Amino acid sequence: MTHHPYPLKTRFWTPGVVVLAVLMAAGALAMAARFIGGIGYVSNLSTARPWGLWIGVDVASGVALAAGGFTTAFLAHIVGRHYYEPVVRPALLTAVLGYTFVVIGLLVDIGRSWAIWKPMVFWNFNSVLFEVAMCVMFYLNVLYIEFLPVVAEQYKGRVNLPGPLAALNGLVESVLSLADRVLDKIMWVFIIAGVVLSCMHQSSLGSLMLVAPTKVHPLWYTPILPLLFLTSAIAVGYPMVVFETTLATSSLKRDGEMRVLAPLTRITIYLLGLYMALKIGDMVVRGTYVHLLEGTAQTNAFLVEMVLGVIVPWLMLLSERVRRSRRALFAACAMIVGGVLLNRVNVFVVAYTPPVSEASYFPAVGEILITVGLIATLMFIYRFLVTHLPVLSAPAREVSA
Amino acid sequence: MKLTRRGFFKITGAAGAAATVSRAYAAKASPAPEDPFGCLVDLTRCIGCRKCEDACNRVNDLPPPARSFEDPTVLNRPRRPDEKAFTVVNRYFPGQRDASNQLVPTFVKIQCMHCQEPACASACIVGALTKKENGAVHYDVTRCIGCRYCMVACPFEIPAYEYHDPITPRVMKCTFCFERISEAGGLPGCAEICPTEAITFGRRKTLLAVAKKRIQDNPARYLQEIYGEKEVGGTSWMYITAVPFEKLGFIDVPDKPTPRLAETIQHSLFAYLWSPIVLYGLLGGIMWASRGNRPHPEDEEGDRR
Repeated sequence: MTHHPYPLKTRFWTPGVVVLAVLMAAGALAMAARFIGGIGYVSNLSTARPWGLWIGVDVASGVALAAGGFTTAFLAHIVGRHYYEPVVRPALLTAVLGYTFVVIGLLVDIGRSWAIWKPMVFWNFNSVLFEVAMCVMFYLNVLYIEFLPVVAEQYKGRVNLPGPLAALNGLVESVLSLADRVLDKIMWVFIIAGVVLSCMHQSSLGSLMLVAPTKVHPLWYTPILPLLFLTSAIAVGYPMVVFETTLATSSLKRDGEMRVLAPLTRITIYLLGLYMALKIGDMVVRGTYVHLLEGTAQTNAFLVEMVLGVIVPWLMLLSERVRRSRRALFAACAMIVGGVLLNRVNVFVVAYTPPVSEASYFPAVGEILITVGLIATLMFIYRFLVTHLPVLSAPAREVSA
Repeated sequence: MKLTRRGFFKITGAAGAAATVSRAYAAKASPAPEDPFGCLVDLTRCIGCRKCEDACNRVNDLPPPARSFEDPTVLNRPRRPDEKAFTVVNRYFPGQRDASNQLVPTFVKIQCMHCQEPACASACIVGALTKKENGAVHYDVTRCIGCRYCMVACPFEIPAYEYHDPITPRVMKCTFCFERISEAGGLPGCAEICPTEAITFGRRKTLLAVAKKRIQDNPARYLQEIYGEKEVGGTSWMYITAVPFEKLGFIDVPDKPTPRLAETIQHSLFAYLWSPIVLYGLLGGIMWASRGNRPHPEDEEGDRR
């Protein structure tokens, strides 16, 4: 099967994109407020609840949902199933943007944004966060390197920067042609490194909360939390590809690529099944199922996470008919994506109960605006890049408006 | 499905190896200092005068309080240390009555416990928090990036944060008067001023002996328990009491240091970077073995049974 990614060159300012721009503007205002008045000015964070929406969604979920990047790279480039190529570039772009926005989210969340480079100099090997930070930093660079050939393919030999930037034309040109010549031969080094780094920090993200055994609800606090984070990140990789490919192809009026997506989700049955088995097995071994029907906000959040986010979509995927229907497959994958998102929010926010202060936490408007603004910006840039760079390969649908 | 089986073996293999290494790691000596300073708080002696709060405020150049340190009505509501107060005294009425049938109060001073194996120091991404030989859990603002993972980690909910400083916020907590106790004969501000000697400063081992002697000499006055002797692996601040600790707002924590599990997993998995190196080699092998093109699954339906 041959595929040929190409820049879409469709109309950019559609009504949806205008909505994104409005959300981005609102987020930018809230972000300005954070850097003028401090974190406390825009958030409900406190001594008892030092981590909230930003860490739960912008960082933890952002990292998990960018897992499509390394899982598709594994499948197409390491196991050699090249027929999955058509989804590798969009997944890679999602990962590049996802991780870039994880870092931007961190810049907002950490109190001393200007000091973000310090972990590179001051090392604490006991700190799980140190390991996560190092991996994310290296992986972000690996992702940029992996994406460079896509840029080179489009612009090599015709770099023409506008205005005063034109002085850089020669430099950019030589970087692109160098990338084009060299990267292809050594790309395997970065592809494997990307998978290794992903496995390391995806699991370590789960280890982060192990330091607070008295604060995390027993339904989530388990020594295998890192393994659960790793397996769920691997399991959500392909559903996330389906989710974003379907969104992108519908929105850009392309063909649905079901020929690639349907077999991809057959693999997900095994991956999600493994995660489900680990999660339920852990609950049985530790006897935490006694909490299930307590009816508190936490136990209900756990039930929603497990039933709607794991069990129901897994059962749906078992059906051949679901996997062949674009609509049903999208629904199942959206539930898996939502389930992993909820799991990260649950572990970092809902399950977290400070022992003394009963201060309940709900994100402030400012926190929500910043998070929504970041996600809108990510989608905006994704759309901008796929119209200008060869990322998507699905042909336009015949009935396009 | 080849892929899952491979993935599964990889994961179970890593878990098995982790279990082996973790046993080796658990035998490693505790990183706690051998003979640190500490403070023993005798709750039966505290009269709730809040002189310690006043002294702490002055010694650490903290902003003036909203209500004066002489105002006893502050005690009507329980408080927590925050970014403007490193220590607070709370009043409890655990139920005892005196001869004239009045409820007898018990006062409890709260501050950073200066754990022997502090979770905050283990968590800190840049090592801005460290356990010093003299017992203080010391905060170095020049390293801090403001991630607040220390606050997530602290089992006693102590570190506070300057949330309203946009550029250079600090993590704020009791310093154990690090500068003062580093000098010979130096005392923490609170211990120095306490008029009833409710706070005793000294070597932790000595204080444990003092506490045990007080309990032994006066078993009717004290409960047979020292809070901080074993809690989270021991703390530099310790308490003895006449009233059960759970009635006085003390937090129920395990005896094992809380960062132990995370550290063990972390060090077992990444010692000498063995696991990433093994994984890299494994993936390289798979990549080498599976080079070449494979048909689309739908095109190979015929070969499948």
